[in-house]
Amino acid sequence: MKDSKKLNVSAIKDGTVIDHIPAENLFKVLSILDLKSLKSKMTFGTNMESNKLGLKAIIKVSDKYFEDDEINKIALVAPEAKLNIINNYKVIEKKVVEIPNEVVGIVKCVNPKCITNNDEIVTRFNVVEKSKVALKCHYCEKITDQEHMKIIK
Amino acid sequence: MKNKSLISINDYTKEDYIKILNLAEEFEKNPTQDILKGKVIATLFFEPSTRTRLSFESAINRLGGRVIGFTDATSSSVSKGETLNDTIKTVANYCDLIVMRHPLEGSAKYASEVSSVPVINAGDGANQHPTQTLLDLYSIRKTQKTLDNLNLFLVGDLKYGRTVHSLLMAMSHFNTTFNFISPVELKMPNEYKIYLDNLGLKYYEHTDFTDIISRADVVYMTRVQRERFSDPMEYEKTKNTYILNNSMLVNTKPNMKILHPLPRVNEINVNVDENEKAYYFTQALNGVYTRQAILASILGLK
Repeated sequence: MKDSKKLNVSAIKDGTVIDHIPAENLFKVLSILDLKSLKSKMTFGTNMESNKLGLKAIIKVSDKYFEDDEINKIALVAPEAKLNIINNYKVIEKKVVEIPNEVVGIVKCVNPKCITNNDEIVTRFNVVEKSKVALKCHYCEKITDQEHMKIIK
Repeated sequence: MKNKSLISINDYTKEDYIKILNLAEEFEKNPTQDILKGKVIATLFFEPSTRTRLSFESAINRLGGRVIGFTDATSSSVSKGETLNDTIKTVANYCDLIVMRHPLEGSAKYASEVSSVPVINAGDGANQHPTQTLLDLYSIRKTQKTLDNLNLFLVGDLKYGRTVHSLLMAMSHFNTTFNFISPVELKMPNEYKIYLDNLGLKYYEHTDFTDIISRADVVYMTRVQRERFSDPMEYEKTKNTYILNNSMLVNTKPNMKILHPLPRVNEINVNVDENEKAYYFTQALNGVYTRQAILASILGLK
Protein backbone atom coordinates (compact mmCIF):
# COMPACT_ATOMS: atom_id res chain seq x y z
CA MET A 1 0.00 0.00 0.00
CA LYS A 2 1.32 3.45 -0.92
CA ASP A 3 -0.50 5.28 1.81
CA SER A 4 0.96 3.16 4.59
CA LYS A 5 1.88 6.11 6.84
CA LYS A 6 -1.72 7.26 7.16
CA LEU A 7 -3.03 7.01 10.71
CA ASN A 8 -5.45 4.20 10.93
CA VAL A 9 -8.62 5.56 12.52
CA SER A 10 -10.68 2.91 10.98
CA ALA A 11 -14.40 2.56 10.79
CA ILE A 12 -16.03 0.52 13.53
CA LYS A 13 -18.17 -2.51 12.92
CA ASP A 14 -20.79 -1.92 15.61
CA GLY A 15 -21.11 0.93 18.06
CA THR A 16 -21.39 4.71 18.28
CA VAL A 17 -19.48 7.58 16.71
CA ILE A 18 -19.78 10.92 18.46
CA ASP A 19 -18.75 13.69 16.10
CA HIS A 20 -18.62 17.50 16.27
CA ILE A 21 -17.35 17.76 19.83
CA PRO A 22 -15.53 21.07 20.44
CA ALA A 23 -11.84 20.01 20.70
CA GLU A 24 -11.31 21.78 24.02
CA ASN A 25 -14.13 19.78 25.58
CA LEU A 26 -13.13 16.27 24.49
CA PHE A 27 -11.85 15.30 27.91
CA LYS A 28 -14.95 16.67 29.62
CA VAL A 29 -17.09 14.53 27.34
CA LEU A 30 -14.99 11.46 28.14
CA SER A 31 -15.42 12.05 31.85
CA ILE A 32 -19.14 12.86 31.69
CA LEU A 33 -19.75 9.59 29.82
CA ASP A 34 -17.36 7.82 32.21
CA LEU A 35 -15.68 6.11 29.26
CA LYS A 36 -12.59 5.19 31.25
CA SER A 37 -14.53 2.45 33.02
CA LEU A 38 -15.71 0.96 29.72
CA LYS A 39 -13.83 -2.05 28.34
CA SER A 40 -14.81 -1.57 24.70
CA LYS A 41 -12.38 -0.62 21.94
CA MET A 42 -12.31 3.16 21.57
CA THR A 43 -10.66 5.69 19.30
CA PHE A 44 -10.41 9.41 20.01
CA GLY A 45 -9.35 12.08 17.60
CA THR A 46 -8.94 15.71 18.45
CA ASN A 47 -7.84 19.08 17.03
CA MET A 48 -9.25 18.13 13.66
CA GLU A 49 -10.36 20.93 11.31
CA SER A 50 -14.07 21.59 11.24
CA ASN A 51 -15.85 24.26 9.23
CA LYS A 52 -18.44 24.59 11.92
CA LEU A 53 -16.45 24.42 15.16
CA GLY A 54 -12.92 25.48 14.26
CA LEU A 55 -11.27 22.49 15.87
CA LYS A 56 -13.32 19.44 16.64
CA ALA A 57 -12.92 16.10 18.34
CA ILE A 58 -14.43 12.74 17.56
CA ILE A 59 -15.00 9.59 19.65
CA LYS A 60 -15.63 6.10 18.30
CA VAL A 61 -16.78 3.45 20.74
CA SER A 62 -17.26 -0.15 19.67
CA ASP A 63 -20.19 -2.22 20.87
CA LYS A 64 -21.70 0.60 22.86
CA TYR A 65 -25.07 2.24 22.38
CA PHE A 66 -25.93 5.13 24.70
CA GLU A 67 -29.30 5.72 26.30
CA ASP A 68 -30.75 9.16 25.48
CA ASP A 69 -30.54 10.23 29.14
CA GLU A 70 -26.90 9.26 29.23
CA ILE A 71 -25.83 10.92 26.01
CA ASN A 72 -27.86 14.10 26.56
CA LYS A 73 -25.60 14.93 29.50
CA ILE A 74 -22.84 15.90 27.06
CA ALA A 75 -25.07 18.58 25.50
CA LEU A 76 -23.82 20.98 28.18
CA VAL A 77 -20.26 20.88 26.77
CA ALA A 78 -20.92 19.67 23.23
CA PRO A 79 -24.27 21.12 22.16
CA GLU A 80 -23.57 20.48 18.45
CA ALA A 81 -22.55 16.84 18.89
CA LYS A 82 -23.87 14.36 16.32
CA LEU A 83 -24.18 10.65 16.92
CA ASN A 84 -23.89 7.96 14.29
CA ILE A 85 -25.16 4.60 15.35
CA ILE A 86 -23.21 1.93 13.49
CA ASN A 87 -24.32 -1.58 12.74
CA ASN A 88 -22.20 -3.85 10.56
CA TYR A 89 -20.14 -0.88 9.26
CA LYS A 90 -23.27 0.99 8.22
CA VAL A 91 -24.79 4.10 9.79
CA ILE A 92 -28.24 2.91 10.72
CA GLU A 93 -29.28 6.00 12.70
CA LYS A 94 -28.18 9.61 13.23
CA LYS A 95 -28.97 11.48 16.40
CA VAL A 96 -28.40 14.94 17.85
CA VAL A 97 -28.03 15.67 21.54
CA GLU A 98 -30.55 17.68 23.46
CA ILE A 99 -30.05 19.57 26.71
CA PRO A 100 -32.04 17.76 29.40
CA ASN A 101 -34.54 19.49 31.73
CA GLU A 102 -32.61 18.44 34.78
CA VAL A 103 -28.86 18.15 35.30
CA VAL A 104 -27.74 15.91 38.15
CA GLY A 105 -24.20 15.57 39.47
CA ILE A 106 -22.29 16.97 36.48
CA VAL A 107 -21.99 20.68 37.12
CA LYS A 108 -20.70 22.57 40.15
CA CYS A 109 -22.94 25.32 41.57
CA VAL A 110 -21.44 28.77 41.04
CA ASN A 111 -22.50 29.94 44.52
CA PRO A 112 -19.68 29.37 47.06
CA LYS A 113 -22.25 29.59 49.88
CA CYS A 114 -24.38 26.80 48.38
CA ILE A 115 -24.71 23.73 50.59
CA THR A 116 -23.55 21.53 47.67
CA ASN A 117 -20.14 23.25 47.74
CA ASN A 118 -19.75 22.70 51.47
CA ASP A 119 -21.11 19.22 52.14
CA GLU A 120 -20.90 15.95 50.22
CA ILE A 121 -24.11 16.50 48.26
CA VAL A 122 -24.84 15.62 44.64
CA THR A 123 -25.65 18.81 42.71
CA ARG A 124 -29.01 19.19 40.99
CA PHE A 125 -30.16 21.88 38.60
CA ASN A 126 -33.26 22.73 36.66
CA VAL A 127 -32.41 23.91 33.17
CA VAL A 128 -34.16 27.29 32.93
CA GLU A 129 -32.72 28.21 29.53
CA LYS A 130 -31.46 25.90 26.84
CA SER A 131 -30.19 28.11 24.02
CA LYS A 132 -27.70 29.95 26.25
CA VAL A 133 -27.51 27.37 29.00
CA ALA A 134 -28.71 28.63 32.40
CA LEU A 135 -29.00 26.22 35.31
CA LYS A 136 -30.97 26.99 38.45
CA CYS A 137 -29.69 25.23 41.53
CA HIS A 138 -32.33 23.00 43.09
CA TYR A 139 -30.91 23.86 46.53
CA CYS A 140 -29.77 27.48 46.70
CA GLU A 141 -31.86 28.72 43.71
CA LYS A 142 -28.91 30.62 42.19
CA ILE A 143 -28.30 30.55 38.44
CA THR A 144 -25.13 29.03 37.00
CA ASP A 145 -24.67 30.25 33.41
CA GLN A 146 -22.60 28.81 30.58
CA GLU A 147 -19.73 31.18 31.23
CA HIS A 148 -19.35 30.05 34.85
CA MET A 149 -20.16 26.40 34.36
CA LYS A 150 -17.61 24.00 35.84
CA ILE A 151 -17.81 20.27 35.21
CA ILE A 152 -17.30 18.32 38.43
CA LYS A 153 -15.75 15.06 37.27
CA MET B 1 -49.92 21.79 53.42
CA LYS B 2 -50.03 19.02 55.99
CA ASN B 3 -46.67 17.29 56.47
CA LYS B 4 -45.16 19.41 53.72
CA SER B 5 -41.94 21.28 54.43
CA LEU B 6 -41.91 25.06 53.97
CA ILE B 7 -38.57 25.94 52.39
CA SER B 8 -39.22 28.69 49.88
CA ILE B 9 -42.03 31.22 49.56
CA ASN B 10 -42.64 29.67 46.13
CA ASP B 11 -43.66 26.39 47.82
CA TYR B 12 -47.01 28.01 48.63
CA THR B 13 -49.70 29.19 46.26
CA LYS B 14 -51.77 32.33 46.64
CA GLU B 15 -54.52 30.20 48.20
CA ASP B 16 -52.01 28.79 50.70
CA TYR B 17 -50.97 32.33 51.72
CA ILE B 18 -54.61 33.27 52.34
CA LYS B 19 -55.19 30.11 54.34
CA ILE B 20 -52.20 30.86 56.60
CA LEU B 21 -53.22 34.50 57.04
CA ASN B 22 -56.78 33.54 58.00
CA LEU B 23 -55.42 31.02 60.46
CA ALA B 24 -53.02 33.60 61.92
CA GLU B 25 -55.98 35.90 62.43
CA GLU B 26 -57.64 33.19 64.53
CA PHE B 27 -54.49 32.76 66.60
CA GLU B 28 -54.26 36.50 67.18
CA LYS B 29 -57.72 36.38 68.78
CA ASN B 30 -56.77 33.36 70.84
CA PRO B 31 -52.97 32.98 71.03
CA THR B 32 -52.82 30.69 74.05
CA GLN B 33 -54.14 27.20 73.36
CA ASP B 34 -52.91 23.69 73.94
CA ILE B 35 -53.17 22.25 70.43
CA LEU B 36 -49.44 21.41 70.37
CA LYS B 37 -49.65 19.48 73.63
CA GLY B 38 -47.54 16.33 73.37
CA LYS B 39 -45.65 17.64 70.33
CA VAL B 40 -41.89 18.15 70.34
CA ILE B 41 -40.45 20.69 67.93
CA ALA B 42 -36.72 21.05 67.28
CA THR B 43 -35.30 24.51 66.68
CA LEU B 44 -31.89 24.03 65.10
CA PHE B 45 -30.08 27.33 64.82
CA PHE B 46 -26.74 26.73 63.12
CA GLU B 47 -26.22 30.47 63.30
CA PRO B 48 -27.56 32.80 65.97
CA SER B 49 -30.81 34.71 65.50
CA THR B 50 -32.74 36.41 68.23
CA ARG B 51 -36.04 37.46 66.75
CA THR B 52 -36.80 34.49 64.56
CA ARG B 53 -35.88 31.85 67.13
CA LEU B 54 -37.65 33.53 70.05
CA SER B 55 -40.76 34.18 68.01
CA PHE B 56 -40.89 30.51 66.92
CA GLU B 57 -40.31 29.33 70.48
CA SER B 58 -42.92 31.74 71.81
CA ALA B 59 -45.39 30.46 69.19
CA ILE B 60 -44.70 26.84 70.21
CA ASN B 61 -44.81 27.51 73.96
CA ARG B 62 -48.08 29.43 73.75
CA LEU B 63 -49.65 26.45 71.99
CA GLY B 64 -48.45 24.01 74.65
CA GLY B 65 -45.69 22.32 72.63
CA ARG B 66 -42.17 21.49 73.80
CA VAL B 67 -38.95 22.81 72.25
CA ILE B 68 -35.61 21.05 71.89
CA GLY B 69 -32.61 22.32 69.96
CA PHE B 70 -29.54 24.50 69.95
CA THR B 71 -28.95 28.20 69.45
CA ASP B 72 -25.66 28.13 67.59
CA ALA B 73 -23.54 25.53 65.87
CA THR B 74 -20.73 25.61 68.47
CA SER B 75 -23.01 23.96 71.03
CA SER B 76 -23.96 21.10 68.68
CA SER B 77 -22.13 18.12 67.21
CA VAL B 78 -21.60 20.18 64.06
CA SER B 79 -18.53 21.54 65.86
CA LYS B 80 -17.21 17.95 65.94
CA GLY B 81 -17.53 17.77 62.16
CA GLU B 82 -20.90 16.06 61.83
CA THR B 83 -22.52 16.50 58.42
CA LEU B 84 -25.89 18.21 58.02
CA ASN B 85 -27.29 14.92 56.76
CA ASP B 86 -26.38 13.11 59.98
CA THR B 87 -27.57 15.90 62.30
CA ILE B 88 -30.94 16.13 60.57
CA LYS B 89 -31.52 12.37 60.34
CA THR B 90 -30.74 12.03 64.05
CA VAL B 91 -32.80 14.96 65.27
CA ALA B 92 -35.76 13.88 63.12
CA ASN B 93 -36.00 10.83 65.40
CA TYR B 94 -36.60 13.05 68.40
CA CYS B 95 -39.27 15.45 67.19
CA ASP B 96 -42.42 16.06 65.12
CA LEU B 97 -41.08 19.01 63.16
CA ILE B 98 -37.77 20.79 62.58
CA VAL B 99 -37.33 24.55 62.40
CA MET B 100 -33.88 25.39 61.13
CA ARG B 101 -31.64 28.33 60.33
CA HIS B 102 -28.34 27.72 58.60
CA PRO B 103 -25.73 30.05 57.06
CA LEU B 104 -25.41 27.99 53.85
CA GLU B 105 -27.87 28.47 50.99
CA GLY B 106 -29.94 25.46 50.03
CA SER B 107 -29.29 23.79 53.40
CA ALA B 108 -32.98 23.79 54.34
CA LYS B 109 -34.02 22.24 51.03
CA TYR B 110 -31.45 19.52 51.49
CA ALA B 111 -32.53 18.94 55.11
CA SER B 112 -36.14 18.53 53.97
CA GLU B 113 -35.01 15.79 51.57
CA VAL B 114 -33.22 13.72 54.22
CA SER B 115 -35.56 14.40 57.15
CA SER B 116 -38.41 12.05 58.07
CA VAL B 117 -40.36 14.98 59.60
CA PRO B 118 -41.34 18.27 57.94
CA VAL B 119 -38.81 21.14 57.95
CA ILE B 120 -39.54 24.85 58.21
CA ASN B 121 -36.81 27.07 56.82
CA ALA B 122 -36.07 29.89 59.26
CA GLY B 123 -33.45 31.37 56.93
CA ASP B 124 -30.79 29.72 54.74
CA GLY B 125 -28.05 32.29 54.19
CA ALA B 126 -29.14 34.97 51.74
CA ASN B 127 -31.60 32.64 50.04
CA GLN B 128 -35.06 32.22 51.62
CA HIS B 129 -36.89 33.10 54.82
CA PRO B 130 -40.51 32.26 54.00
CA THR B 131 -42.02 32.73 57.47
CA GLN B 132 -40.77 36.33 57.42
CA THR B 133 -42.57 36.87 54.13
CA LEU B 134 -45.80 35.39 55.47
CA LEU B 135 -45.70 37.63 58.54
CA ASP B 136 -45.04 40.59 56.23
CA LEU B 137 -48.12 39.65 54.21
CA TYR B 138 -50.12 39.32 57.41
CA SER B 139 -48.98 42.76 58.56
CA ILE B 140 -49.83 44.32 55.20
CA ARG B 141 -53.28 42.76 55.07
CA LYS B 142 -54.01 43.67 58.67
CA THR B 143 -53.09 47.33 58.26
CA GLN B 144 -54.52 47.83 54.77
CA LYS B 145 -57.55 45.52 55.14
CA THR B 146 -56.60 44.02 51.78
CA LEU B 147 -53.61 42.72 49.83
CA ASP B 148 -54.95 43.82 46.45
CA ASN B 149 -53.91 46.83 44.34
CA LEU B 150 -51.52 48.36 46.86
CA ASN B 151 -48.63 50.70 46.22
CA LEU B 152 -45.61 49.11 47.90
CA PHE B 153 -42.36 51.02 48.48
CA LEU B 154 -39.30 48.85 48.98
CA VAL B 155 -36.45 50.95 50.39
CA GLY B 156 -32.75 50.34 51.01
CA ASP B 157 -30.67 47.36 49.95
CA LEU B 158 -32.72 45.83 47.16
CA LYS B 159 -29.82 43.91 45.66
CA TYR B 160 -28.91 41.59 48.52
CA GLY B 161 -32.03 41.80 50.69
CA ARG B 162 -33.69 38.39 50.69
CA THR B 163 -36.78 39.73 52.50
CA VAL B 164 -37.56 42.21 49.74
CA HIS B 165 -37.09 39.60 47.01
CA SER B 166 -39.45 37.13 48.68
CA LEU B 167 -41.96 39.86 49.47
CA LEU B 168 -41.90 40.95 45.83
CA MET B 169 -42.58 37.38 44.69
CA ALA B 170 -45.45 36.97 47.15
CA MET B 171 -47.05 40.38 46.48
CA SER B 172 -46.87 39.82 42.72
CA HIS B 173 -50.04 37.72 43.13
CA PHE B 174 -52.03 40.76 44.23
CA ASN B 175 -51.71 43.34 41.44
CA THR B 176 -49.21 45.39 43.46
CA THR B 177 -47.53 48.53 42.11
CA PHE B 178 -43.90 48.48 43.18
CA ASN B 179 -41.61 51.43 43.87
CA PHE B 180 -37.96 50.49 44.29
CA ILE B 181 -35.90 53.06 46.20
CA SER B 182 -32.21 52.25 46.51
CA PRO B 183 -28.69 53.48 45.82
CA VAL B 184 -27.61 52.67 42.24
CA GLU B 185 -25.17 50.05 43.54
CA LEU B 186 -27.93 48.20 45.38
CA LYS B 187 -30.67 48.24 42.72
CA MET B 188 -33.28 45.50 42.40
CA PRO B 189 -31.69 42.70 40.31
CA ASN B 190 -32.88 42.37 36.71
CA GLU B 191 -34.33 38.89 37.16
CA TYR B 192 -37.03 40.32 39.45
CA LYS B 193 -37.81 43.15 37.04
CA ILE B 194 -38.12 40.65 34.19
CA TYR B 195 -40.42 38.57 36.39
CA LEU B 196 -42.70 41.59 36.97
CA ASP B 197 -42.56 42.54 33.27
CA ASN B 198 -43.78 39.08 32.34
CA LEU B 199 -46.71 39.47 34.72
CA GLY B 200 -47.50 42.94 33.36
CA LEU B 201 -47.05 44.54 36.79
CA LYS B 202 -45.91 48.15 37.17
CA TYR B 203 -42.70 49.10 38.92
CA TYR B 204 -40.71 52.31 39.21
CA GLU B 205 -37.10 52.82 40.25
CA HIS B 206 -35.90 55.80 42.26
CA THR B 207 -32.79 56.84 44.14
CA ASP B 208 -34.69 59.09 46.58
CA PHE B 209 -38.20 58.97 48.00
CA THR B 210 -38.82 62.26 49.83
CA ASP B 211 -40.97 63.60 46.98
CA ILE B 212 -42.97 60.47 46.24
CA ILE B 213 -43.61 58.94 49.67
CA SER B 214 -47.10 60.52 49.70
CA ARG B 215 -48.20 57.85 47.19
CA ALA B 216 -47.23 54.89 49.34
CA ASP B 217 -49.62 52.50 51.07
CA VAL B 218 -46.80 50.51 52.62
CA VAL B 219 -43.16 51.56 53.04
CA TYR B 220 -40.93 48.55 53.64
CA MET B 221 -37.57 49.72 54.98
CA THR B 222 -34.36 47.67 54.99
CA ARG B 223 -30.87 48.24 56.22
CA VAL B 224 -28.19 49.66 53.90
CA GLN B 225 -24.91 48.13 55.03
CA ARG B 226 -21.62 49.87 54.51
CA GLU B 227 -19.87 46.65 53.52
CA ARG B 228 -22.15 46.25 50.47
CA PHE B 229 -20.50 49.22 48.76
CA SER B 230 -17.40 48.75 46.63
CA ASP B 231 -16.75 52.48 46.93
CA PRO B 232 -16.90 53.83 50.52
CA MET B 233 -17.33 57.37 49.15
CA GLU B 234 -20.54 56.28 47.50
CA TYR B 235 -21.81 54.99 50.84
CA GLU B 236 -21.02 58.25 52.61
CA LYS B 237 -22.77 60.24 49.86
CA THR B 238 -25.94 58.20 49.84
CA LYS B 239 -26.38 56.84 53.37
CA ASN B 240 -28.63 59.65 54.60
CA THR B 241 -30.96 59.36 51.61
CA TYR B 242 -32.40 56.13 52.96
CA ILE B 243 -33.10 57.25 56.50
CA LEU B 244 -36.72 57.79 57.37
CA ASN B 245 -37.61 60.55 59.82
CA ASN B 246 -40.83 62.03 61.13
CA SER B 247 -40.81 65.13 58.94
CA MET B 248 -41.05 62.97 55.81
CA LEU B 249 -44.33 61.48 56.98
CA VAL B 250 -46.35 64.71 57.10
CA ASN B 251 -48.12 64.37 53.75
CA THR B 252 -48.37 60.59 53.62
CA LYS B 253 -51.67 58.73 53.19
CA PRO B 254 -53.68 58.14 56.38
CA ASN B 255 -53.55 54.36 55.84
CA MET B 256 -49.78 54.33 55.22
CA LYS B 257 -47.71 52.06 57.43
CA ILE B 258 -43.97 51.60 57.85
CA LEU B 259 -42.65 48.05 58.01
CA HIS B 260 -39.15 46.78 58.70
CA PRO B 261 -37.96 43.17 59.14
CA LEU B 262 -35.68 44.35 62.01
CA PRO B 263 -33.05 44.64 63.39
CA ARG B 264 -32.98 48.33 62.66
CA VAL B 265 -29.75 50.27 62.89
CA ASN B 266 -30.32 53.90 61.94
CA GLU B 267 -32.46 53.73 58.80
CA ILE B 268 -35.57 54.68 60.75
CA ASN B 269 -35.02 57.58 63.11
CA VAL B 270 -36.22 56.76 66.64
CA ASN B 271 -38.50 59.81 66.46
CA VAL B 272 -40.65 57.79 64.04
CA ASP B 273 -41.35 55.10 66.66
CA GLU B 274 -44.09 57.14 68.33
CA ASN B 275 -45.75 57.97 65.00
CA GLU B 276 -48.97 56.01 64.47
CA LYS B 277 -47.66 55.03 61.05
CA ALA B 278 -44.78 53.08 62.58
CA TYR B 279 -45.74 49.42 62.55
CA TYR B 280 -42.47 47.46 62.79
CA PHE B 281 -42.76 46.35 66.41
CA THR B 282 -46.32 45.12 65.92
CA GLN B 283 -45.06 43.43 62.75
CA ALA B 284 -42.61 41.46 64.94
CA LEU B 285 -45.50 40.45 67.22
CA ASN B 286 -47.46 39.29 64.16
CA GLY B 287 -44.59 36.88 63.59
CA VAL B 288 -45.80 34.83 66.54
CA TYR B 289 -49.37 34.43 65.19
CA THR B 290 -48.16 33.72 61.68
CA ARG B 291 -45.73 31.06 62.92
CA GLN B 292 -48.47 29.52 65.06
CA ALA B 293 -50.57 29.28 61.90
CA ILE B 294 -47.72 27.71 59.90
CA LEU B 295 -46.90 25.16 62.64
CA ALA B 296 -50.55 24.18 63.11
CA SER B 297 -51.11 23.85 59.39
CA ILE B 298 -48.03 21.69 58.73
CA LEU B 299 -48.75 19.48 61.74
CA GLY B 300 -52.28 19.04 60.41
CA LEU B 301 -53.89 20.47 63.53
CA LYS B 302 -55.85 23.20 61.73
